[in-house]
Amino acid sequence: MAMNCNPKDEVDGGPPCAPGGAAKTRRPDNTAFKQQRLPAWQPILTAGTVLPTFFIVGLIFIPIGIGIFVTSNNIREIEIDYTGTEPSSPCNKCLSSNVTPCVCTINFTLEKAFEGNVFMYYGLSNFYQNHRRYVKSRDDSQLNGDPRALVNPSKECEPYRRNEDLPIAPCGAIANSMFNDTLELFLITNDSDPTPKPILLQRKGIAWWTDKHVKFRNPPGEGTLEERFKGTTKPVNWPKPVYMLDSEDDNNGFINEDLIVWMRTAALPTFRKLYRLIERTDDLHPTLPAGQYYLNITYNYPVHSFDGRKRMILSTISWMGGKNPFLGIAYITVGSISFLLGVVLLVINHKYRNSSNTADTMAF
Amino acid sequence: MEPAGRRRRRRRRRGDGGARTVRSGLHPGLPALGSRGARLGLHGGCAPPAADNRLKTTKYTLLSFVPKNLFEQFHRLANVYFVLIALLNFAPAVNAFQPGLALAPVLFILAVTALKDLWEDYSRHRSDLAINHRGCLVFSREEKKYVHRFWKEIHVGDFVRLHCNEIIPADVLLLSSSDPDGLCHIETANLDGETNLKRRQVVRGFSELVSEFNPLTFTSIIECEKPNNDLSRFRGCIIHSNGEKAGLHKENLLLRGCTIRNTEAVVGIVIYAGHETKALLNNSGPRYKRSQLERQMNCDVLWCVLLLICMSLFSAVGHGLWVRRYQEKKALFDVPEADGSSLSPVTAAVYSFLTMIIVLQVLIPISLYVSIEIVKVCQVYFINQDLDLYDEETDSQLQCRALNITEDLGQIQYIFSDKTGTLTENKMVFRRCTVSGVEYSHDANAQRLARYQEADSEEEEVVPKRGSWSQRGSIGSHQGVRMMHRTQSTKSHRRTGSRAEAKRASMLSRHTAFSSPMEKDITPDPKLLEKVSECDKGLAISRHQEQPLAHLSPELSDIFDFFIALTICNTVVVTSPDQPRQKQVRVRFELKSPVKTIEDFLRRFTPSRLTSVCSSTGSLATNKSNHKSGSSLLSNLSNDSVFLKLEERLGQPAPSLASNGYSSQAESWASERKPEPGQEQELRYEAESPDEAALVYAARAYNCALVDRLPDQVSVELPHLGRLTFELLHTLGFDSIRKRMSVVIRHPLTDEINVYTKGADSVVMDLLLPCSSEDARGRHQKRIRSKTQSFLNLYAVEGLRTLCIAKRVLSKEEYACWLQGHLEAESSLDNREELLFQSALRLETNLHLLGATGIEDRLQDGVPETISKLRQAGLQIWVLTGDKQETAINIAHACKLLDHDEEIITLNAESQEACAALLEQCLQYVQSRGPHSTPKKTEGNVSVGFFPLCSAPPQSTARGPSLSLVIDGRSLAYALEKNLEDKFLFLAKQCRSVLCCRSTPLQKSMVVKLVRSKLKAMTLAIGDGANDVSMIQVADVGVGISGQEGMQAVMASDFAVPKFRYLERLLIVHGHWCYSRLANMVLYFFYKNTMFVGLLFWFQFYCGFSASAMIDQWYLIFFNLLFSSLPQLVTGVLDKDVSADTLLLEPQLYKSGQKMEEYRPRAFWLNMVDAAFQSLVCFFIPYMAYYDSDVDMFTWGTPITAIALLTFLLHLGIETKTWTWLNWVACGFSILLFLTVALIYNSACATCYPPSNPYWTMQTLLGDPVFYLICLITPVTALLPRLFFRALQGSLFPTQLQLGRQLAKKCRKTLQTPKERFAQGHLPQELKAELSQGGTGSPSESLSKDCALQTSQHLQQPPVCSPEASGEPSTVDTSVPLRENSPRGSPGSSIPGAAVSGECPGHLRRKSLSTSRAAPLQSLFSLPNFSSLGCVSSLSLVSGLGSVLRFSSSSLHVDKRDSEFLSSSPQPEQDLSGLQRQATGYV
Repeated sequence: MAMNCNPKDEVDGGPPCAPGGAAKTRRPDNTAFKQQRLPAWQPILTAGTVLPTFFIVGLIFIPIGIGIFVTSNNIREIEIDYTGTEPSSPCNKCLSSNVTPCVCTINFTLEKAFEGNVFMYYGLSNFYQNHRRYVKSRDDSQLNGDPRALVNPSKECEPYRRNEDLPIAPCGAIANSMFNDTLELFLITNDSDPTPKPILLQRKGIAWWTDKHVKFRNPPGEGTLEERFKGTTKPVNWPKPVYMLDSEDDNNGFINEDLIVWMRTAALPTFRKLYRLIERTDDLHPTLPAGQYYLNITYNYPVHSFDGRKRMILSTISWMGGKNPFLGIAYITVGSISFLLGVVLLVINHKYRNSSNTADTMAF
Repeated sequence: MEPAGRRRRRRRRRGDGGARTVRSGLHPGLPALGSRGARLGLHGGCAPPAADNRLKTTKYTLLSFVPKNLFEQFHRLANVYFVLIALLNFAPAVNAFQPGLALAPVLFILAVTALKDLWEDYSRHRSDLAINHRGCLVFSREEKKYVHRFWKEIHVGDFVRLHCNEIIPADVLLLSSSDPDGLCHIETANLDGETNLKRRQVVRGFSELVSEFNPLTFTSIIECEKPNNDLSRFRGCIIHSNGEKAGLHKENLLLRGCTIRNTEAVVGIVIYAGHETKALLNNSGPRYKRSQLERQMNCDVLWCVLLLICMSLFSAVGHGLWVRRYQEKKALFDVPEADGSSLSPVTAAVYSFLTMIIVLQVLIPISLYVSIEIVKVCQVYFINQDLDLYDEETDSQLQCRALNITEDLGQIQYIFSDKTGTLTENKMVFRRCTVSGVEYSHDANAQRLARYQEADSEEEEVVPKRGSWSQRGSIGSHQGVRMMHRTQSTKSHRRTGSRAEAKRASMLSRHTAFSSPMEKDITPDPKLLEKVSECDKGLAISRHQEQPLAHLSPELSDIFDFFIALTICNTVVVTSPDQPRQKQVRVRFELKSPVKTIEDFLRRFTPSRLTSVCSSTGSLATNKSNHKSGSSLLSNLSNDSVFLKLEERLGQPAPSLASNGYSSQAESWASERKPEPGQEQELRYEAESPDEAALVYAARAYNCALVDRLPDQVSVELPHLGRLTFELLHTLGFDSIRKRMSVVIRHPLTDEINVYTKGADSVVMDLLLPCSSEDARGRHQKRIRSKTQSFLNLYAVEGLRTLCIAKRVLSKEEYACWLQGHLEAESSLDNREELLFQSALRLETNLHLLGATGIEDRLQDGVPETISKLRQAGLQIWVLTGDKQETAINIAHACKLLDHDEEIITLNAESQEACAALLEQCLQYVQSRGPHSTPKKTEGNVSVGFFPLCSAPPQSTARGPSLSLVIDGRSLAYALEKNLEDKFLFLAKQCRSVLCCRSTPLQKSMVVKLVRSKLKAMTLAIGDGANDVSMIQVADVGVGISGQEGMQAVMASDFAVPKFRYLERLLIVHGHWCYSRLANMVLYFFYKNTMFVGLLFWFQFYCGFSASAMIDQWYLIFFNLLFSSLPQLVTGVLDKDVSADTLLLEPQLYKSGQKMEEYRPRAFWLNMVDAAFQSLVCFFIPYMAYYDSDVDMFTWGTPITAIALLTFLLHLGIETKTWTWLNWVACGFSILLFLTVALIYNSACATCYPPSNPYWTMQTLLGDPVFYLICLITPVTALLPRLFFRALQGSLFPTQLQLGRQLAKKCRKTLQTPKERFAQGHLPQELKAELSQGGTGSPSESLSKDCALQTSQHLQQPPVCSPEASGEPSTVDTSVPLRENSPRGSPGSSIPGAAVSGECPGHLRRKSLSTSRAAPLQSLFSLPNFSSLGCVSSLSLVSGLGSVLRFSSSSLHVDKRDSEFLSSSPQPEQDLSGLQRQATGYV
């Protein structure tokens, strides 16, 4: 009880009952955090303080931009539209789809040789691979080789889930709409030699490694692919089933790289997808020497109906990927603008400081 | 009835409004008590059972938690919205995300809130459990003794026995006390915070019991009110088994939560238990208010909803068109419905609309509310932790009782303040008095008071030396500033007395309330002391004669009576330090008093013989009315024989009265126990109000010491007479309507019945006995009265609280008549208060004026400074007080609320019409007022006076002197009428300050309400007493002062501060911070969400408006919750746009909050536009960079997410004003968290997250240089414009706040150089030389000086400028030094100011303190060349003057701009040139 220490307090007048006294008080701790006195950097945004930032941004961005721009410009790229909407186009005949398969040939010339590995893309425009319902329309489990999903695909695949009571493999709209033109490239070595030299196009190595080896798997089991895909049917639009996409087994079925590439839905309605790889053969000769080429197209894929376009693109790459003039220009532009703004701020700062400085100096 | 029959309780509802009946819980088979008992039985069954004493404050049980909590959470509309959206997602046609995932954030938010609630509930449960299991002695029927039980087992009707220092477990009716007088003292600190002891009495009828109270014999029935929360009221009656009935009132009730003191043991019966106790009924949890910012925010949330709907509609239409376009074209990418049919465009549009709403739901920030709550909790924490808001004297810090209106503190426009106890200390000090028309000025006393102040100022001188300079230098500039600030707060204790004294006082106050030495040690006026001792001696000699008082001159007898009245006309309790109170063997009267019954009275005044019943007609009338309402008790007494007897007795001559043994007994006892002087010092007085204590201490100083107070007697110790014991017949307590209190005593010397009345002068002066001007005595009386009145006026002008002391001698007949009425009133059950009031009115008439006292209510520490600071901060301060006009005006002057060069409009109207006319007149005057207007006056009872108390030269300011309005309660009542309120408000708006005197609590709240509703202004009410409660509740922000007047105000308040001066820091620093932090955070929230949603929206143009999202759904959903929430929380909690020191130095920065500068519609929309721009940038740079590439949707979306995160952080970086390590950590954490989550998420499962299926996306991106390139360029590009405009604005059109920051920074920087110099000891000489030469200093020094000067100018008023302390006229406003081109501005006298200002700006405070009288502005005036440096843009006008002096008027425009920035006192150009002339003349 409080009684026992009361008398003493009366004598010495000390704080009652609590010898420390301080321990009992409600006095807040005097710490930097609690008193909101943490050491802090307090930038003040004025012309004077900010203008170095602008100059620094300018000074960093402009060189980067120039670097990127130069790199991008060194990339060789050629693009050939073979949609065939123009009457003059050789592929115009294929628009009316009474001829199947329709083959058309387009000639083109490479002004300069393409060094290094050359990538062959097909490009589509106005193709909304990013449409919400389109994007969803796939079954990753099925593509991953899950036997259950193989025979019972996800509901997301509707209406391309079953065909005549058989599950579709691969199911869904994405797979169903897979690009199925065949492109071949021939080099006309010289005008005198009529026999064109076919360019070797690699079908493998065009997909992400993880896609090919982790995400996409053929159904497990012994036997041929055909047996493993037993009980499924091909997508409606496909001419042949999934196990007949390629002749080689490690590029067939779900792990067919064309399929894998196609299944990676493009972000924007204008996109390109890697079609083939033209590997550099030796250091002495350019991969694609300058000269006349012709492109042999087996025209299957109908884009004309929805105003789409089809292109074939040949491109070399640099450390930063394909040709992309935008980034370089953007860096240069932003850098210049930043520099300019910096100058503006400098002027303002100078003027402002002047007006205040005059008062200062004149005071003496 | 329970079989065990142990406990039983009954209650019933009476027809007339409800009451409760309590019987002993010990007698199960109690026979019915006649008709009453029958009624009981009749109604007993249908009433709900009374609560037991179990305390249950928890909201939930284990079972009910989930449903109940969810139910409560869904009261918040936002939660419902988000749940609906999440549910919508379950519909397959429209779903945007995995359904489960969409629920996650909502569930997360709900879970967090639920956990918080659960934790709170659990802690409540634990504390309940502890309280419920406290022990207590309860009488057990079986064991026939008191046994230990837990609190929760107590029921209504139980008998409990409580010991000293025990806490009362329930509301208990006091039946027995170990105290011989049937008293019990309780301390109600737990309930209302009042530390003085309250006296409680045993129920009448039980106090007489000689033996110990035996519960088994208790058969009475108690009837009382139903449980209510009125602490100060309890009514009821106890019906004994014999049918007798006795009234019960609050003196009989021990309230739960109070502590028994000074009494060994008490026994009582439980009346209310558990949640029906008054303490718990009063306990309403924290209040919920919605702040203005939140209201505005909700409005903007609605805008966002609108925006969301617009965006969704737009997409829907777009999608419809898109579908129509591609429908027939057999697009390969068009996915038909499950049945193969394709969607019609309209259906598709509807689906798209719904999906868009889901996808864009991020626009309505789900985490906004939670974040705001977190930030507010942290803000409250920091406010609580602020050392500068901690009051050492009372060991209390600021309490935030409302958690959600912190930011309102930063937007206050009007402050309504109580005066007593708020502006003043409510520590009453006796200053002077007038007795019998002679004034005793108590000069020595005044000197003593002055000495207290001097002692403090001496200590102040010492304080600055404590901090060593070298140490301060090493700590660094920031710390240095802090230290100075601490010192200042240390020093500002000057009024209360030195620190040690304050400590002592606070220690003492643990034992007694209201007693600091300053109040106790009163130096008596020698003249008066002499007179007192003279009459003391005279009485001592003549005490045994027949008419002892008759031997004294009228004046001396008045003096004697005056001091007797001071001593006994109060409710002061005398305690000695030892507890419990010693049981003294003392002479007791046969009967208890105050006189309770007629029998009492008769027995006391026997033998008696007389004839007539009652002589005065008035008494007869009351008799009649008594008979009408008559209680059963009285009716049988009011027979003639009794009164016959009575009259007989009263007719007896006085001498025989004296021989009734009473006074001789008292005398003998007094001589027996002569207290030694040392013990007398130990006496402590506990008063209910500080005035009373002050008067009792004053009387003690005149050797007229109150030594003992019992319910029936008061003992007064006089040096010569010894102990005089007055028989206390009645105490008519103070109430605010009567404004007086009285005691009825029997004088031991004369044996007369005296009434001593003490009350407000206005009331008492009207109750005086009308005196004829015929005879000399009457004329003398009249003169005395007029003299007293004039002294009273003088006191009022001095700001003293005045009280009149009067006396009335009652004849026995008069007394008997009055007594009968009074007794009837006392015992009546219905409207007892009303009857007692009437009874008191009857007694307090025909008074004889003795004298008047002047009590000083000292201003609290730092009140003038605080008020001037708050003023500078743009706050309008209205004072609403119940005091008289003169006192109020005076205090207002003292605390600088009114300036002496201000015109005061006084509104005193007698009628509605007069008031209307007056208002009209004032308005006209105000409108027509120009520099040439002259004060005018009207006469009659319509008195409007403009008192230019000290008229300033009209040219000093453009608008002439500012106006103040003083209005009294009656006029206020008229002015608040519907038809006048607009005019009144308009007038009040024109005035710088408004003072409402004599206003009632209701009026106070009406004024606040009026301003709040009509002016749409943010109001703050601050007060300390119960009379301020309504005002505090009405205002937007209510602040209670946890001072001397109990806790009612604090209970009602949102914030409780220990002293008024803390308001300054609370508002100007914390209010500003809270507002600015929250405003910025809310804006940032809106920005963030809009920008994020913008990204998705732009994408719709490229995905056929199909509501597709390129950002992975996981990122989309958790982005707000996880990745970007922490940095903004840290900034929201810690960011300081301006440092506390700068804010305090430049209170006008507060105006930014008032004007809602940071968060107003324009800011919101600018913010939205910027968000739109940034989202465009953040979308299109990646778009262009990846245009026509083989990028897939989520490999493209992930960089966008990263970019958005970086942009948010950079944006926050631009908006953050202070970067502590916490900010850096938070930002780093955000980025790391995003990367980690992305990496883990993208490698966890190859097939799990349809449709995005982002396996290895992030990993691939990290190997892609383009990712880094766009992550670099995009945020920079997005934020370049913002940064640019910020910089531009910061340079060209800086806001006040930015100026403040720049100034603070500059001053901090320049701190370094001069300090070094100072350390070397160079500066003083240099400065001297400089001064003598007329000033040519080196730039660095001048710069620092400049800063110092600036800050001093921004102060505008010297920080410490107490009205008493500074003898010279305060040179507070800028005009003063300019006006007087006085010799005081000579270089010599300005040295102190200059020297200090040259020292170093970090030590500004010290300067302004030590030279508070050196008028910094004058010193500035003599140093014109220092003033125009550096921070020119923020210079006040006066500093601008410096450059004007030296240079041509070309620099005038600069100054003009400066003055605009300051916006405090725009002055015309002509002034400047005029001043310039003066100044150049001087230079």
